[in-house]
Amino acid sequence: MSEEFKVEIVNPEKSFFSKEDVTEVIVPAFEGEMGILKDHISIISFLKPGIITVHSKSGEDKFFVEDGIVEFKNNNLSVLTSSIFSLKDINKSKIQDLIKLTEQEVNKAEISDQVKFLANQKIDVLRSIN
Amino acid sequence: MASLDDLKKRIASVKSTQKITKAMKMVAAAKLKRAQESAERGRPYSEKMNNVILNLSGGISDKENAPKLLSGTGNDKIHLCVVMTSDRGLCGGFNANIIKKAKAYFAKISEEGKELKIITVGSKGNDQLKRVYGDKIIENISFKTSKNTNYFDAEKVGKLIIEKFEKEEFDICTIFYNQFKNVITQIPQVQQIIPLNTENEEIKDTEESYEFEPDEDEILNNLLPKNISTQIFKAMLENSASEQGARMSAMDNATRNAGEMVDKLTIEYNRSRQAAITKELIEIISGAESL
Repeated sequence: MSEEFKVEIVNPEKSFFSKEDVTEVIVPAFEGEMGILKDHISIISFLKPGIITVHSKSGEDKFFVEDGIVEFKNNNLSVLTSSIFSLKDINKSKIQDLIKLTEQEVNKAEISDQVKFLANQKIDVLRSIN
Repeated sequence: MASLDDLKKRIASVKSTQKITKAMKMVAAAKLKRAQESAERGRPYSEKMNNVILNLSGGISDKENAPKLLSGTGNDKIHLCVVMTSDRGLCGGFNANIIKKAKAYFAKISEEGKELKIITVGSKGNDQLKRVYGDKIIENISFKTSKNTNYFDAEKVGKLIIEKFEKEEFDICTIFYNQFKNVITQIPQVQQIIPLNTENEEIKDTEESYEFEPDEDEILNNLLPKNISTQIFKAMLENSASEQGARMSAMDNATRNAGEMVDKLTIEYNRSRQAAITKELIEIISGAESL
């Protein structure tokens, strides 16, 4: 029996990424990283800033996401996200810019704790890939 | 009858107008293709989002404490209407249709004695509404500077709406936009986004039970604001495709009309030229005869 399932990542503008021969996907779910294999129970969860790793027969793809929703059903994994980029397509200076931008946001006084937590998380993740 | 010189000038002017409308038509056609493509590419996101929300709201345990974005504030006193139009003119009945639809809705609301607040997206809608409903418009947003419809802009509108909702500035939010059917038909749409209307929609595969992490309420709280932005974005995409479609057919008509006008003027020009020649001939002949 094959151990593969389908993954599709969509952002509001287009279908960002899709693959049929995926063996495992690791998503940064809100309550911790979550690995999804074939025949996982149907699940809906949402994402915090982090890295999505897609393991497939043809290699490994990594993406940075800021937020989003994952839905897994009938061996179809859909990820809906408004801000995503592939780690392959991004250069260091761009990451630096993003970190700076987020740091500015954190230092603003009027943001709530939850926003602050998410922004700090984002900075950590961005630093780790830099 | 206009003099030959005048006619000549008019023909030249109509011809140059025709050139402009023709160029605009071609530009609109090219843009339409792009707008249509991005509208189609944007569809999976909003559809999936919708499905997830339907599934979630079907499974919600405690209806009383459901998020307000879903269940409403319990009142329907203050209506917020988001009228989405274009930033540019010369697109036929595109803006007029939305405004007409919106005005009918406004009239209905004021008849029921409810309070009305308006947000206009796109400067054309603001221009047309501010004369009658100027005091009702609380915000005017325009994306003249953005080249393409992007999610970032939609998110800005979405956040603004949610902010106002949280301050309890309104109870019900409705958006107005044109749905793109084909190049010649755009259907003005009225869609209620707050509270979300889930009753009319069929929930597909309800037997499928999901595991939620964290629980339903928290996911819904996180998801519903995003859904607002998504709906706005969808409306913006539909609108931009409709706008280009409407402009294309309007400019096509204008080009054809200009062509007809040139033909008519040319005939008139030739007639009066012949008349002038005949007149001159008669004068010469009668002059020769009298000698």
